[in-house]
Amino acid sequence: MTDKPETKFEPVIIGFTCNWCSYRAADMAGTARMKYAPNVRLTRLMCSGRLDPTFVFKAFAGGADAVLVSGCHPGDCHYINQNYKAMRRFHLMKRVLVQMGIEPGRLKLLWASAAEGAMFAREVNSFVEEVRALGPLNWNSNHVHTADHVMSVVAEGHEHEAEVAA
Amino acid sequence: MKEFAYFPGCSLEKMASSYHMSAMETTQKLGVKLNELDDWNCCGATTYFYIDELLAYTLCARNLAIAEKTGLDVVAPCSACYKNMFFTAAHLKKDEDLAEHVNFALEEDNLHFSGNVKVKHLIEVFAQDIGPDELKSKVTKPLEGIRIAPYYGCQIIRPQKEKEDVEQPQFFEELISAIGATPINYPLKMRCCGGSLIISSRTAALTMVRNLLQSAVDNQAAVIATACPMCQVNLEVYQQQVNLEFGTNFSVPVMYFTQLIGMALGIPNKKLGIGKEFVAMAPTPLAVETAWGLPRKTK
Amino acid sequence: MDKKDEKEKIGVYVCHCGTNIAGVINVEEVSTWAAENLKDQGVVISREYKFMCSSLGQELIQKDIKELGLTRVVVAACSPHLHEKTFRNACKGAGLNPYLCELVSIREQDSWVHTDKVAATEKAKAIISGGVSRVVYHEALEPLHVPIHPATLVVGGGIAGIQAALEIADAGFPVYLVEREPSIGGHMAQFDKTFPTLDCSACILTPKMVDAGNHPNITLLTYSEVEKVDGYVGSFVATIRKRARSLREADCTGCGICWEKCPKKVVDDVFEAGMGNRKAIYVPFPQAVPKYPVIDRVNCTYYIKGTCKACEKFCPTNCIDFAQQDEILTVEVGNVILATGWDLFDTRRITQYGYGRLPNVFTSLEFERMSNSAGPTGGNVVLRDGKTEPKVVGIVHCVGSRDKNYNEYCSSICCMQSLKFAHLVKEKTGAEVYNFYIDIRTPAKGYEEFYHRLLEEGTHFIRGKVAEISDATRLPSEEGKLVIQVEDTLTGNQLRVPVDMAILSAGLEPRHDSKALAKLFGISCSADGWLIERHPKLDPIATMTDGIYIAGCVQGPKDIPASVAQGAAAAARVMGKIQQKEIALEPVRATIHEEQCSGCRICNNLCPFNAILFHEDRMVSEVNPALCQGCGTCVAGCPAGAITGTGFSNEQILSQINGLLLLNVPKKQAVAA
Repeated sequence: MTDKPETKFEPVIIGFTCNWCSYRAADMAGTARMKYAPNVRLTRLMCSGRLDPTFVFKAFAGGADAVLVSGCHPGDCHYINQNYKAMRRFHLMKRVLVQMGIEPGRLKLLWASAAEGAMFAREVNSFVEEVRALGPLNWNSNHVHTADHVMSVVAEGHEHEAEVAA
Repeated sequence: MKEFAYFPGCSLEKMASSYHMSAMETTQKLGVKLNELDDWNCCGATTYFYIDELLAYTLCARNLAIAEKTGLDVVAPCSACYKNMFFTAAHLKKDEDLAEHVNFALEEDNLHFSGNVKVKHLIEVFAQDIGPDELKSKVTKPLEGIRIAPYYGCQIIRPQKEKEDVEQPQFFEELISAIGATPINYPLKMRCCGGSLIISSRTAALTMVRNLLQSAVDNQAAVIATACPMCQVNLEVYQQQVNLEFGTNFSVPVMYFTQLIGMALGIPNKKLGIGKEFVAMAPTPLAVETAWGLPRKTK
Repeated sequence: MDKKDEKEKIGVYVCHCGTNIAGVINVEEVSTWAAENLKDQGVVISREYKFMCSSLGQELIQKDIKELGLTRVVVAACSPHLHEKTFRNACKGAGLNPYLCELVSIREQDSWVHTDKVAATEKAKAIISGGVSRVVYHEALEPLHVPIHPATLVVGGGIAGIQAALEIADAGFPVYLVEREPSIGGHMAQFDKTFPTLDCSACILTPKMVDAGNHPNITLLTYSEVEKVDGYVGSFVATIRKRARSLREADCTGCGICWEKCPKKVVDDVFEAGMGNRKAIYVPFPQAVPKYPVIDRVNCTYYIKGTCKACEKFCPTNCIDFAQQDEILTVEVGNVILATGWDLFDTRRITQYGYGRLPNVFTSLEFERMSNSAGPTGGNVVLRDGKTEPKVVGIVHCVGSRDKNYNEYCSSICCMQSLKFAHLVKEKTGAEVYNFYIDIRTPAKGYEEFYHRLLEEGTHFIRGKVAEISDATRLPSEEGKLVIQVEDTLTGNQLRVPVDMAILSAGLEPRHDSKALAKLFGISCSADGWLIERHPKLDPIATMTDGIYIAGCVQGPKDIPASVAQGAAAAARVMGKIQQKEIALEPVRATIHEEQCSGCRICNNLCPFNAILFHEDRMVSEVNPALCQGCGTCVAGCPAGAITGTGFSNEQILSQINGLLLLNVPKKQAVAA
């Protein structure tokens, strides 16, 4: 509340949406002119099941502060049940992120049906705020070679972050 | 054992002492402990909120603050007390400014209300915390054949809580069925009894009472069951007045639901305060009456 | 990301979409930025134009392809779900493989959802950068061609389904018409008169039912339900359970002796809306198609107690078969039309209206049956006692519709239905009729005129939402009546209107199992439960799943003319598809590179369509392109990276991610909406 606008941190978030439900939810938000934060940039996959964990890690490595994974609601998958596979990978990825020293809160899973434009916009906004609170991801891919190194880099990043926040 | 903080309210001190007695007896028998609040005060009744809202909120908040100290949810047997406390708790939670004012006053008494108390009506304890099934299993003298009119009055189901049916609630009927009696269906079960209107507009108030009694009697109610001292007084004490005014001949006992439950649980009449009423609990059919050994009074 | 050896020549085209995009995004800046900053990726030209999708806009792209020798095209405009085909075709027209064009959305995902112009402009740049990075890795593809099976499955035998089935069958193509109830006809068969012309419903419906029943191209499957659907447009395989009627249809003449002799009476909750009885062996109504009865095994004395068999004893053709089993049929069809209709709102949910508690409160369907001369009261409008004619009738509009507590939508038919009721009550009983309405909505042909006719007939109209219907009477004039409590919002008065009969004009709701239906056919339904069309205005018949169409109330509440129109429209769409003989499918498929496959078989279990075969001899897996739907789960799951997802390859996606991350989000304004 007391932050001045220019000191506000603007995270970059990469979003993965499936072609059938969540991308259409984003379209729906657009058609209905619902406003949300401009921090999310979407990539369209045919299905959330297509989400290779590499995509998520590459996004973080490339400078994203957070990643949004979005698919059809469980039971509504256009490809029967592939979103369940996305869900399993999501939980696995969270654990990997923790091991890398990245806050698990930087990865979000969102089920959105084609009719849930309003919900999509609302969830994007709250995610942006959550990531804003976490601060920038300080993870320089050029220096990352070993897990230990990752941990130390992330730890430094946290200290730095703490200073900024203060 | 379930435990609640208990706010009896002024009526139950004297006029509705039978409600208090029967409430304590029945809850004890059903494994619910009611701990009367220390040093409680009047809830402000129906009028105080229209005279000085802030003071009225403070009055209620004091009781809530005392209850909060016990860490228990608070139960009120009187519908007006319940409504006042429920709204006070809700408003103080929403309105920070009001809460600040009220807590400033409470500081004098070393009290503070932070909004963490749930307010319940006594009948909700029976309907939800105990439940009709549990109640049924404890009944030893089912009130078979007695037609009882459940009289909700206008305050118990205000405001609507979650998806509660406020138009045609059924929980009172379920309690009556649980004690073996027959709940009657009559259209005015949720209409106002007149409250304190009798003071300002006697004819209007008596008309309201007349309509209620007529509706219950038309549907062959032997007893009217109530969950509020104000309703009880209006419906029972003014029956004579109604009869004089409208040339009717009403003689319907108006009992607290806890008294009826107490009977079904086999609690002696004396402990339930039965015998103190104006219109005697003389239920039909007679057979039941003799079985219960109820005192019969002449009108 | 390693660059390809040969550099692509990419053209970037940024659309203004009038002010839809240009009103928020600085289109000129974006276009100039792309030309200058994406040179390294291969951008040779970047243009902006008012409407890229117009023919002039398309020509602009085509000209550049020809003159500049573009090898890739990125269009930044609306959602690919809207115009991807348009721009692909434009590229194709200029000799560029259509799959070398990428449409990125800067409208639905940018200008329409953001207000901060600077941030939106930067986001547009990032989105274009992502598209450019991605398009480099696009491959020239050819669509897959699959044959279309000429048969069609129509689910639901109401008026919409019947219309669709007849249109297709008349054109000479086979149709399977599946209906859950023992007869086709749907809700329309229950009605007496239809608004606004007051034609007799049966007179206009039964000829169609008979046509559908006798049509050589229609296979009628009543008392049946679809249990499973596999496949895709052109070749669906549906598994249908034909429930046992407990009689041999071939031998049955529909003579009716069995239901005459059946001793077991059952309240008919479906066709008679609970107003009348049927027997345990029954046809729902005399004009039922097919004419064969069914035995309701839940209520039949023989199935309960093991004795009776009255129907069997009296059947002249000896067709009763108590041991008959359900039949499971598998049919192959090219297209599917869903027309499963609606359920009536359960008026018991509005407890203050007293339905189910106060006997003389009726639902709209009950009144329909009551006013039907073939109905339980022989067409007499009478109170629940079955004989007293009402002197005053109140009709309550919008019951369960336009109400935040129940359904927010307008059920669209109730106004006209209530007007029809008012007319019928007046005509049959001469009673005073009160309509309690919120707004009168009469938007179709002849509807407003009907409303005026009612006004002239002397029906009372009171504008106000009814608060309560009660038997709590106060005045002698209310004695024995129902009192409707309402505020007349035009005069501001509270009214108590005593009536003998109250009719609740209940709204339409999606079928209770519409969510299961949507799931079965792989389409979506809205939060309300209505099935979602491909586009609410321009494609209200098709769904997001190719080859599956919707018609009638399954898509949303509508009246008979609109249902018939949708049924016919769905049929036209299907016939158009059948005429094409084959259909081009998106070539989004997975392929396994044998030399990289280790034969671990992980992908075999991941595939939901069993499209991956394992060759035991060579110890490698292979994707069957006819079965593969292109979800890409196997691509993501392959530990050896041996599977490529055409159109969504790892290179394409990773490159796009890199492109998207080229720019930061500009700091400046608080963004929370």
